[in-house]
Amino acid sequence: MRVWLPSALLFAWLTGAVLAPVLPLAPNDVQLPNVLAGPSPGAWFGHDELGRPLLDRVVAGARTSLLVAVSVICISIFVGTLVGMISGWLGGFWDHVIVRVIDVFLAFPGILLAIALAGILGPGIENVVFALAAVGWVGFARLARAQTLSVKHREHVTAAIAMGSGTGRILVWHVLPLIAAPLIVEATFGIAGIIVAEAGLSFLGLGVQPPDASWGSVIREGTRYMLVAPHLVLIPSTALMLVVLSVNVLGDAFRDFLDVRSGENP
Amino acid sequence: MPRFLISRLGSALIVVLGVACLVFLLIHLVPGDPVEVMLGESARPADREALRHALGLDQPVLVQLLDFLKRLAHLDLGESLHSRRPIVGMLAERVPATLELAAAALLVAVVLAIPLGTIAAARRSTGWDAAAMTFAVLGVSIPNFVMGPVLILVFSFWLGWFPVSGREGFASIVLPALTLGTALSAILARMVRSSLLEVLGEDYIRTARAKGLSELEVVIRHAMKNATLPVITILGLQLGTLLGGAVITEIVFSWPGVGQLTIESIQRRDYPVLQACVLVISLAYVVVNTLTDLVYAWLDPRIRIDDSS
Repeated sequence: MRVWLPSALLFAWLTGAVLAPVLPLAPNDVQLPNVLAGPSPGAWFGHDELGRPLLDRVVAGARTSLLVAVSVICISIFVGTLVGMISGWLGGFWDHVIVRVIDVFLAFPGILLAIALAGILGPGIENVVFALAAVGWVGFARLARAQTLSVKHREHVTAAIAMGSGTGRILVWHVLPLIAAPLIVEATFGIAGIIVAEAGLSFLGLGVQPPDASWGSVIREGTRYMLVAPHLVLIPSTALMLVVLSVNVLGDAFRDFLDVRSGENP
Repeated sequence: MPRFLISRLGSALIVVLGVACLVFLLIHLVPGDPVEVMLGESARPADREALRHALGLDQPVLVQLLDFLKRLAHLDLGESLHSRRPIVGMLAERVPATLELAAAALLVAVVLAIPLGTIAAARRSTGWDAAAMTFAVLGVSIPNFVMGPVLILVFSFWLGWFPVSGREGFASIVLPALTLGTALSAILARMVRSSLLEVLGEDYIRTARAKGLSELEVVIRHAMKNATLPVITILGLQLGTLLGGAVITEIVFSWPGVGQLTIESIQRRDYPVLQACVLVISLAYVVVNTLTDLVYAWLDPRIRIDDSS
């Protein structure tokens, strides 16, 4: 139960998002007779303020959130791990400099820096990805650095150095496999954070541009008609919450399974 | 202690400097010519040059940076491009509202989290524990911009208990504070629970129980004190999330704080104001984090000793 329900929900999210382009969806189909119509057997989620079918828009929004989440997490984990490993491995002056840079990035409340970057770069999905990755890499860098420090004096690494392996080869083959587990757990929770952050930026009008759908922008448009058509807010909100909740629950289960960060009690 | 204090303040100062540099660089990330973006394409060339000169954008970047830092040291943040007013004055109007909201949210978080976490720890592995932790997972998974509209729908539109938006009177702060405080209370409740559980395994707790104290007395009089330390750290760290979340919450409730000013400045392309807002919120976060560290060291002598050895 603890794993099955969230897995099923995430599977639905992934399927909807991946299949969105081939499904017979019309997220931008304006149907004026159906403006603000509530859920009905023909349209399960009802229609929005332009009569567009909400179900189609929620599925299109799922695609936006998946696209952003995957891109941001890939960029963040790559950049963060690279910087963190190099910093931990080199030590000394450059390590000191990189740690200071990480500290500076961590001194911004994450979403605030993303809001400022997205606001300055202008709306658009690429800018959202850039803004969120600019905030997201730091956590991975800090974690990868700490992990590298704990691994780099192990015997097998010393042996690899003695055998004359190059730095790149040691980092990729002898260090990375040992530090991957906590990074993956961090990435799982990171995905939940990115989904919320993307929706938040779109809610503020800094994300994807109309008429494209994002859960955040659908909620934003819905808040204007909340008294007459609360389903416009409640349905996309529920979709967003269920996905985030599922990712968090699975992340918890995954962490217990890998048993990293055992500092927290069960 | 002095040594710890100096090293901690020193690194805070470096971070502040770094934050200022990064905020300075923001304006250089504007795609194309920032002056053109701010004034629009139809602006006269003379106006453009005047603004470029006023912002110092006709100088080499390094000169601009030094100038920016120098003005910052004199608390001069320049003036708004939109209203032509000094930015310091604009911020002074907005900061109290955000402080008020943050304080109220913090109060909500602590008032909810401590009983929840305590019950969950004291009645570990029972229905109480499960209920409290379900609340915690739900709390972190509901974003502000979902929580806010739903609270407005239920408590303002349907029940009519609180105003929909604005900042007039006590009733108007209830919903924003709940919106902003719930997520934090969820994180705190988990932390209270896990650090209480850790403490409850100690020998002196067994002694207290052996004396015949009730479970409630054991938790409140003996375990609580030592369990507060990690909770304080989390509180300090989470204040950043709180301040960031305040931006969205202020928009949802039209709360006239720094967060709302941030978004307004983005919409008006008033970049100097945006820079100032980001700077103020981040600096508040740095100050709070530094204070948290110092309080922590003051409460727990082990940290200062570790640090100096």
